[in-house]
Amino acid sequence: MNYPQHLLYTSDHEWISFEQDHALIGITDFAQKELGDIVYVDIPSLDKIIAKEAIFGTVEAVKTVSDLFMPVNGKVIAINPLLETNPELVNQDPYSSWMIKVLVTSASDRESLLTAEQYQALIVSNPSSH
Amino acid sequence: MKNTSLAAIHQSLNAKMAPFAGYNMPIQYSGINDEHETVRNQVGIFDVSHMGEFFVKGPNALDLIQRVTTNDASTLYIGQVQYSCMTNTQGGIIDDLLVYRLDLEIYMLVVNASNIEKDWNWLVDNNYKHAELVDRSDELSLISVQGPYAVDTLQRLTSYQLNLIPYYHFRELMLNGIPDMIVSNTGYTGAGGFELYVPNHSAAALWKAIMAAGSAYRIQPIGLGARDTLRLEMGYCLYGNDIDDHATPLEAGLGWITKFNKEFNGKNVLQEQKSTGAKLKLVGIKMMERGIPRHGYRILNMDGEPIGAITSGTQSPTLKTGIALGYVAIDAAAPGTNVLVDIRGLPMGACVSKMPFVQSQIK
Repeated sequence: MNYPQHLLYTSDHEWISFEQDHALIGITDFAQKELGDIVYVDIPSLDKIIAKEAIFGTVEAVKTVSDLFMPVNGKVIAINPLLETNPELVNQDPYSSWMIKVLVTSASDRESLLTAEQYQALIVSNPSSH
Repeated sequence: MKNTSLAAIHQSLNAKMAPFAGYNMPIQYSGINDEHETVRNQVGIFDVSHMGEFFVKGPNALDLIQRVTTNDASTLYIGQVQYSCMTNTQGGIIDDLLVYRLDLEIYMLVVNASNIEKDWNWLVDNNYKHAELVDRSDELSLISVQGPYAVDTLQRLTSYQLNLIPYYHFRELMLNGIPDMIVSNTGYTGAGGFELYVPNHSAAALWKAIMAAGSAYRIQPIGLGARDTLRLEMGYCLYGNDIDDHATPLEAGLGWITKFNKEFNGKNVLQEQKSTGAKLKLVGIKMMERGIPRHGYRILNMDGEPIGAITSGTQSPTLKTGIALGYVAIDAAAPGTNVLVDIRGLPMGACVSKMPFVQSQIK
């Protein structure tokens, strides 16, 4: 499975990419494989400020539904419009298929996130934690 | 945790494995939607070796089967299969099963893996006239080949004319060099096809031969995930979800396999329920709004009052909409009744639907 070096990760299987003035958030390759065919990405949190580790939405696959957790404190400023009509993009390319664009409100949040190596180690040690 | 005799093959195919009824089973290979479409349009091969097989023999075999099951097994001729229910004395469903008449006084009962022990004990407890009972669940593998090209695939492995076997019939024939294999025109998909009961030691070679024979038709291995979406599109019950010891065949829409012209466990209770009318009924639910109905979600009437619960649900890969089975109060059970499904706090519009949700492909 694929875990790009330039991203940071959570133990709940989200990835976050820090861009210049915002961050993009999605779910990892491991998460999409565990979920299987994704049918809906539901994000009712546009324009809301959401605390780190709080739920910002849900992702529904044929067989299961899973909550999505904020990797950082932030305000949701955009939702990926492609996923409304083509949620299967998350299966096909989980790292291009960002789910939300966020203004990060607390810079210190980065420190508790996992590097690609740390995340990969977590999955290997506890593969069914999702 | 038990493995089937095809475990090494699943591993080599990179299947996602998960525990199911005490067995380590393949849940999916390429993905549920892809596998589902393969079965509807091409042909798929399933390992369903977790199913249990009991053999009932002797002059009192039929008497035992009649006592423990709701359908009338006395109408079966040799080579015929019957869908039936095993009921307790309260009319609750111990299991749903297939009854095969193999010979004059030999029957095979095919039961759910999760119920093998319970069913066996129940048979033994009811075996007053000492029919011979043999549990061959651990000796037999079950390979299911389903889809529009199932017959063409299997025909390459036998000289027996397979299209002479009607639906819910079987033959014992030579296939892939294995003599006297039970080849049954049954399935759990609505796509048509055969189920093959094969000794464990011949199962892996048979799987590979079927894969080779089906390659021209783009055969794919299919996991239990797609088996579930396929059966839900047909409205078939899954024991443990849609039916259990507390549901009766009449509530579950299985009145058609409940025959009151014979004696069986729970008959009096069911006859009473038939005359007074069941208060609940298992119905199909089709979402009219976005969302996937899942096991345990509440079903509400249009005033928002609870009238039942979903027992199994999924996104239908064929219809691209949420479908489910669930019990509702009898006054809401008519097809076309508008209801709401409480999807994690959001009431979403749905409607009681006739089943199957998707037209059966069985000829």
